[in-house]
Amino acid sequence: MQQELIPHLFRTEFRKIVAVLCKTFGIEHIEAAEDIASETFLTAIESWPYKGIPESPVAWLYAVAKNKAKNHITRTQLFKSKISAELKKNLPESGEVEIDLSEQNISDSQLRMLFAVCHPSISVESQIALALRILCGFGIDEIANAFLTNKETINKRLFRAKEKLRDERVEIEFPGESQAKERLETVLTTLYLLFSEGYYSETQDAILREDLCVEAMRLTNLLIENPSTSLPQVNALLSLMCFHASRFPARKNENGELILYDEQDETLWNQELIAKGIYFLHQAAQGTSVSKYHLEASIAYWHTIKEDTHEKWENILQLYNQLLQIEYSPIAALNRTYALSRANGVEEAIVEAEKLKLSNNPYYFSLLGELYSAVNKEKAESNFHMALKLARTPADKKVLQRKLKKLLNQQL
Amino acid sequence: MDEYILIFRHQDGQKVASPEQLQIWMKQTMDWIGSIAAQNKFKSGTGLPFDDSKVVWHNNVVTNGPFGDIKETIGGFIVVKADSTDEAVEFAKGCPVLQGEGNSVEVRKLAKNDGVH
Repeated sequence: MQQELIPHLFRTEFRKIVAVLCKTFGIEHIEAAEDIASETFLTAIESWPYKGIPESPVAWLYAVAKNKAKNHITRTQLFKSKISAELKKNLPESGEVEIDLSEQNISDSQLRMLFAVCHPSISVESQIALALRILCGFGIDEIANAFLTNKETINKRLFRAKEKLRDERVEIEFPGESQAKERLETVLTTLYLLFSEGYYSETQDAILREDLCVEAMRLTNLLIENPSTSLPQVNALLSLMCFHASRFPARKNENGELILYDEQDETLWNQELIAKGIYFLHQAAQGTSVSKYHLEASIAYWHTIKEDTHEKWENILQLYNQLLQIEYSPIAALNRTYALSRANGVEEAIVEAEKLKLSNNPYYFSLLGELYSAVNKEKAESNFHMALKLARTPADKKVLQRKLKKLLNQQL
Repeated sequence: MDEYILIFRHQDGQKVASPEQLQIWMKQTMDWIGSIAAQNKFKSGTGLPFDDSKVVWHNNVVTNGPFGDIKETIGGFIVVKADSTDEAVEFAKGCPVLQGEGNSVEVRKLAKNDGVH
């Protein structure tokens, strides 16, 4: 029984213990915090099989973590010189260190850690790896798997990131008023990428992929639960995630192959998540600013309506028109051109597509193939072949081969 | 890459169009700007509503609106990125404002903040 219980608890509790200890000790002792949390679980693995699972495993873990933390503090030479200075600020009269593992302090600590981890001084890649390790309790193996790389690379990346946090003396706190907006922007970018990592990841491990998305949503929700960070753009981001996540069960077939939007069985879309997405989109509508998350969430909303109406594609087109003015990206440019073909017709879309000049992008040729399918089969075929030549992943290649086959069958 | 401002000049700002016509122009304008943005050439821009506009003259004389004595008014502008004036002119050619006879789009290069210009 504990074989399943301990991994589960590790996933939910490791990060909480680390966050609280980091907040107590300061970010420069992030490794000590991780060690203590790891040792706590080691103790559980050693003792539970023999002594039985405690009545309340979580309380047991917290008690052990507290003891280990206190021992660590008294034992370590660092205490007098470094940690003590930090601790003195909130040390009670008795001199006894209080490790507060209350629910309130856990979520407060995790939120502060989120801001520390998403510090602009470290690369976005490292931010995501660090977030997965410290805030989501992922193992090094899992992180390596998610990034399709090896353990050494991830270990190095984490090591450098932690070093950077120490060097920069990043405080585990909410950024001050003046920095708050910019820092929140970085946090949102990281959460957005964390979600995308799960949503578009090439790893074959479906559960891992969904976990990444669930964790990104959990952390975003953490921001929403706190009044000072529950801002419109944060609600918009969560709305976007809900809409995308609603299609999880419909996106892959039993062989793990990607099912394109048009071919998805919409009865598999998760209506509860769609409803949540709409709720958060309404929340996001307070205030006057329109962020890219607002626009992307609105686009995702229209995609939850399967029926093809002119209204739907006209709205999607205008949302992409706005999104591209805020932030250009090749994928948004391509999606805009597809929406244009549905709203204004294929001829106009082909003219616009030819202007995009994305000739090293496989999706560019895939779009051209798609647009030409209705008007010029030969051009459609040659564009799909170009796309195949440039396609980087097996999943993309499979999709393109299916499209080519469909096109050639039409010709007969 | 240089930046160019495209200024929409309307010959007569007082002409009243039907709501349907306005709707069509609006969509055309949004699609036109979207097309430039999809090429990663859009920088910024805004429309300039005629409501409550004023003109300040020599000796601080203030009059309502850029109408009456002035034949031509400015309806809005966008700033684009372009490799050459020719490219900026190509963008301007697609501007829906040009459907109105007598209207024009002025293309001007922005001065660079490099101490030379």
